[in-house]
Amino acid sequence: MTQLALVIDLNVCVGCHACVTSCKEWNTSGSAGALADFNPYDADPTGTFFNRVQTFEVGTYPDTQTVHFPKSCLHCEEPPCVPVCPTGASYKRAEDGIVLVDYDKCIGCKTCAWACPYGVREQDEKRGVMTKCTLCVDRIHDAALPARDRQPACVLACPTSARLFGDIHDPASAVAVAIRDQAGYALMPEQGTRPANRYLPRRRTAIALHADDLVRAENPLRVDGAEPGPAFPHGATEDFAT
Amino acid sequence: MRPAFSVVLLTTLIGAGQGLFLALYAVELAAHARLRPMPGAAFFAGGAAIALALCAAGLVASIFHLGQPLRGWRAAACWRTSWLSREIVALPLFMAGVSVWGLAHFAAAGNTAALGAGAAVLAVALFVCTGMIYASLRLLQEWATPLTPVNYALLGSASGTALAAAYAGFVLPPLAAPLAGAELLLTAAGAATRTAALVRNRALRPRSTLQTAIGIPHPQIAQRAQGLMGGSFNTREFFHGATPRKLRAVKWSFLLLAFALPLVLLAAGSASAPVLAAAFLIQYAGLLAERWYFFADANHPQNLYYQTIS
Repeated sequence: MTQLALVIDLNVCVGCHACVTSCKEWNTSGSAGALADFNPYDADPTGTFFNRVQTFEVGTYPDTQTVHFPKSCLHCEEPPCVPVCPTGASYKRAEDGIVLVDYDKCIGCKTCAWACPYGVREQDEKRGVMTKCTLCVDRIHDAALPARDRQPACVLACPTSARLFGDIHDPASAVAVAIRDQAGYALMPEQGTRPANRYLPRRRTAIALHADDLVRAENPLRVDGAEPGPAFPHGATEDFAT
Repeated sequence: MRPAFSVVLLTTLIGAGQGLFLALYAVELAAHARLRPMPGAAFFAGGAAIALALCAAGLVASIFHLGQPLRGWRAAACWRTSWLSREIVALPLFMAGVSVWGLAHFAAAGNTAALGAGAAVLAVALFVCTGMIYASLRLLQEWATPLTPVNYALLGSASGTALAAAYAGFVLPPLAAPLAGAELLLTAAGAATRTAALVRNRALRPRSTLQTAIGIPHPQIAQRAQGLMGGSFNTREFFHGATPRKLRAVKWSFLLLAFALPLVLLAAGSASAPVLAAAFLIQYAGLLAERWYFFADANHPQNLYYQTIS
């Protein structure tokens, strides 16, 4: 069974909001109609977004890390938003595991948003229906697009490749490998929702630098036969370095 | 959660309607059992009309909760999984049942007791559906308890019986005293279970924390930005915005108005129509506050993601 999902690398995300703006641009231009905006150029602008980047500070100054945290629908494998829907507008597709809202059936009762622990569903207050991330379902299956463009808008926009997209149930896919190798985790596992989207944790990046790594251990100009003595006569840590 | 006035009105109005019908049906059963003389058909038909009016008013209020009210009929589709859908099926069925029962009395047709039994089952089912909409949301720990449907049923029955007692006080005074006695018992039971829910909720520990919300097991995490500056659906729908002081004031006023004052009025023993009417109105006002508090008291885990604007 296919389960499409995003894997978001918190070690790489720089919090530039490019995924937010590209998401809004793609989804406000779709056949479902524009996403609501209120006071866009005024005080207190507000509106409907499928994706938000939040920022958290972890630790106590000065030992802090700034974590940028993109948040969109996690396309749960046990989506609590689906069974509570009274009309069947909220559903999970069997073929690719995407959780979607049928905007023509939704009555805007907001029960699905109450049932979601992640706060990723936003009622569109102009259209009066619930909206959420579609994983760009109108794009990823579009055979008219070149294969490399058949990805969600946020993934294509990310300048640091912090967002990976693919089938997490295919053990050979890039997302499954990333989850396995880099300890990808789910949000709020205690809620029993089994989110499909995963997050890759922050990693401590350290390089062991030895003095001889900063100079050439052996002189490449030895061809003229007048080679000066080695910089490290007692051997360097990497004697194959040139 | 932000208390939506449409839902506060819907649940309190239909609760009173269901309770009123159940009280009238109990009167009919008591008469059949020869415990009391059978009231006239007009008493039951008039009561059924009041119960229907309350449910209709609740339905109208609920429309204001929907973003697309004209599609409301679709909500009957998913009764297999959704308690909201079940409520939306049960409410018109209950109203139809009460109409048939009231018309049967009005037309002096026989078998009203059997017709009423069907409507009574629907009334109880409707209480369960309404309560389970909230109790089935596991993530809202304040609601996810069997006390939630129990409270909906007891508080609705109490206010409906209060209305039945006031109604009898005006049109059939001999019935007012026994109905007031039932109202006293139901109000006391509702006070006990609602207080039990309050005590239970005070001891709750949130299942989700900021650590599990973003998956970083560090004791010191502070939000610096939530990705928006002018608010969003998430900041409007899930926060009540009231000060702790106001929250406390609402809690004590509903305990006073919905339970303490009606109990004092009823225990004073006078079953005169104006006193019973006052008891109903005071209790209904208290139940509005109770329902407001029920919503405001629930802490949604999504609020962990929306703590700081800047």
